[in-house]
Amino acid sequence: MSSNSQKKGFGATIWDYLTTVDHKKIAILYLISGGFFFLVGGVEAMLIRIQLMKAGNDFLSAGTYNEVLTMHGTTMIFLAAMPILLAFMNAVSPLQIGARDVAFPFLNSLGFWLFFFGGVFLNLSWFLGGAPDAGWTNYASLALASEGHGIDFYSLGLTISGFGTLIAGINFLVTIINMRAPGMTYMRMPLFTWTTFVASALILLAFPPLTVGIFFMVFDRLFGANFFDVTMGGNTIIWEHFFWIFGHPEVYILVLPAFGIFSEIFAIFSRKRLFGYTALVFATILIGFYGFMVWAHHMFTVGLGPTANAVFALATMIIAVPTGIKIFNWLLTIWGGSISFTVPMIYAVAFIPSFVAGGVTGVMQAIAPLDYQLHDSYFIVAHFHYVIVGGVVLAILAGTHLYWPKMFGTMLSEKLGKWTFWFFFIGFHLTFFIQHFLGLMGMPRRVYTFGADQGWDLFNAISSVGALFMAIGVIILLVNVVMTVAKNERVGNDPWGDGRTLEWAIPSPPPFYNFAQTPLVRGLDPYWIEKMEGNKEGMVYAEPLGDIHMPNGSFIPFVISLGMFIASFGAMYFMDDKAWALPVLIGGLAITFGSMLVRSLKDDLGFHVTKEELIADNERIQREARALEGGKKGGLK
Amino acid sequence: MDLNKRYTPQTWPDHPETATLEGKNKFVGFWLLLAAETVTFASLFATYLALKDKGPSGMEFSAAGLFELPLVFAMTMILLTSSLTSVYAIYHMKNHNFKAMQAWLGITVLLGLAFLGLEIYEFNHYVHLGFGYTNSAFSSAFYTLVGTHGAHVVFGLSWFIALMIRNAKRGLNMYNAPKFYLAALYWHFIDVVWVFIFTVVYLMGVIG
Repeated sequence: MSSNSQKKGFGATIWDYLTTVDHKKIAILYLISGGFFFLVGGVEAMLIRIQLMKAGNDFLSAGTYNEVLTMHGTTMIFLAAMPILLAFMNAVSPLQIGARDVAFPFLNSLGFWLFFFGGVFLNLSWFLGGAPDAGWTNYASLALASEGHGIDFYSLGLTISGFGTLIAGINFLVTIINMRAPGMTYMRMPLFTWTTFVASALILLAFPPLTVGIFFMVFDRLFGANFFDVTMGGNTIIWEHFFWIFGHPEVYILVLPAFGIFSEIFAIFSRKRLFGYTALVFATILIGFYGFMVWAHHMFTVGLGPTANAVFALATMIIAVPTGIKIFNWLLTIWGGSISFTVPMIYAVAFIPSFVAGGVTGVMQAIAPLDYQLHDSYFIVAHFHYVIVGGVVLAILAGTHLYWPKMFGTMLSEKLGKWTFWFFFIGFHLTFFIQHFLGLMGMPRRVYTFGADQGWDLFNAISSVGALFMAIGVIILLVNVVMTVAKNERVGNDPWGDGRTLEWAIPSPPPFYNFAQTPLVRGLDPYWIEKMEGNKEGMVYAEPLGDIHMPNGSFIPFVISLGMFIASFGAMYFMDDKAWALPVLIGGLAITFGSMLVRSLKDDLGFHVTKEELIADNERIQREARALEGGKKGGLK
Repeated sequence: MDLNKRYTPQTWPDHPETATLEGKNKFVGFWLLLAAETVTFASLFATYLALKDKGPSGMEFSAAGLFELPLVFAMTMILLTSSLTSVYAIYHMKNHNFKAMQAWLGITVLLGLAFLGLEIYEFNHYVHLGFGYTNSAFSSAFYTLVGTHGAHVVFGLSWFIALMIRNAKRGLNMYNAPKFYLAALYWHFIDVVWVFIFTVVYLMGVIG
């Protein structure tokens, strides 16, 4: 099985990725499919901005605009931001704790394929009679009245991909609890691993309410249940509660890993230990905890009463405290550091003021009486784009540059990266800053057009120009990726030169077993400690070289997910009285449960990489490293 | 892991379910899954309480008029007993007594099937009274909560049966011991949820 260095045919590579259980390859799958959906969501955003470019525009019809707007939000949150962050979690956090794989490699693969098929199912709505059109929040009072199957694509697609995310969350929790290398105590874990851990706990507790809410939606629309139908005794507010009990923690599921990526970047490129590591850890935990107690601030205008509004307003303001702690810790990490302004560091520095702006408008909305004024206006749109783009997307772009060498063994161009940054950063502020004022001027969100006499023309035009800038930035990034792949200039273990954590102590990309010998962790930033003590070998080890147990690849996760994908079509067309609907539903479920049964009954004990193979593989790695040294020096400086 | 390694009660570890890394991972992962399941059922209970007795104007059904305690009490006793028999099964698993474990698991499965039969009878009875799934918000919430529990019972029974048949010939080893343990853990969880259903839906329903 030391065949990972051999060249493989195209078909064999495809089969390898369809059956892989290796967290590093699954990370690549997440990055590619998340990146693809990011482009789809980006095109939808451009359509929105073209439509709103001038007053009374008729580029999109009102109905199509609703679909584009709904799919933009849904795609970006569920199919782009979360999967790309899961890509980094998969690629990096097992390496950061010195593990050879995640706790459940099979489930890791299953989680990916569920997400993938859910995303494909949701987007097929464009070709099968129309996309969902009730907004990404899909409020029941709107969604129940929506004709066609758009809403059903939303419900069933998100159910499937939601299961995938839940599985991924459990997997990371168990991996981090059980599989840390000797010496890697909780308070020595890198911040990115910590944020992965807390975000996974949020996934674990936040996704079930969403799944329950969505099931109610499915049952109401397809099987005649009455959860939200007021004439039958139902209550439409139940959906809003479940959606936001999930939806608010979701914000932290996205932004905590983003914080983690930036924490790594600040430490690496300031060449300093993180300032206030302990405070950062506890702030992360506190944010996760408070994240569950603030959901009703999305519902101030629903009429829950002054007491409920006051409680949720206070809880919301409290969240700003741990977030503020983090901001100051990052600033003090930079302070007095030996800073190098690489592309990831530029993103990180730009993130601080951008995210603080989003946080400040968030605290403004926490003031319930003020929220009555701001609610459903463009001020809200501006606020959450400052948080999501200024926090999460900047982190995704920074993380792509930072971890690209570890995932692929090559460096993205710094020069093109800076071009991307400036176009994206200027475009981002141009698009969204002015939307605060549009909101204050009274422009409601989710309208497909506006009148020439309303005075919103100029600001909307400026906003659309900003969107164009962001699109140019993303296109330059794509060019950068293509050029980097084409050039294929290999880099060594620590291409940034200042890596601090375990992932930088092993080759880029790492061998499939990650660590030939499990490292011994002697403190926070273990690789940095070894470097400072002049350890030429890289690390000290916790075990002698010996056989390594690894899991077998499997095609079953793909089949399980495919079965759910098929069953969803049956469920969806059930209400149209199509004769084939029920057999398809049952057949799909039979595929899913049948393949689960096969998985359960068939022994799968994995295989061993022998000591001899490890020695041979290590010689290959050494040889390649020497070839790299002989050529030009890899990485920066 | 060597499947052919033979154990005796003397060489069998005290906690075979967590004696290997795979076992430990499954143990922790399964408890976390149960946390997610708890949130799922909490959501279903909250919905049920919000929609209890709610329906179109003039609806004839109410929890107080519909539910009858004797049948549900019998179901509760059967399921509680099955939880006890699954404890005996795991007790024998830990003592490496495969035959006794299989026997107690068999009894557990029979009790579970009896519970399931009574539940089907109960649902059938309500439907014949006109209290169908689409009758009202109350009926939708009731069937979804209790039915989700019933689906868990079906899954738990299928799991037990699959494990018993699969391992009937080869006995206990370190590979399947965690599987038996987790199936039993799942069964306890189902039992705990039922205790809440019995209390919240039936007892509080009949009291009014």
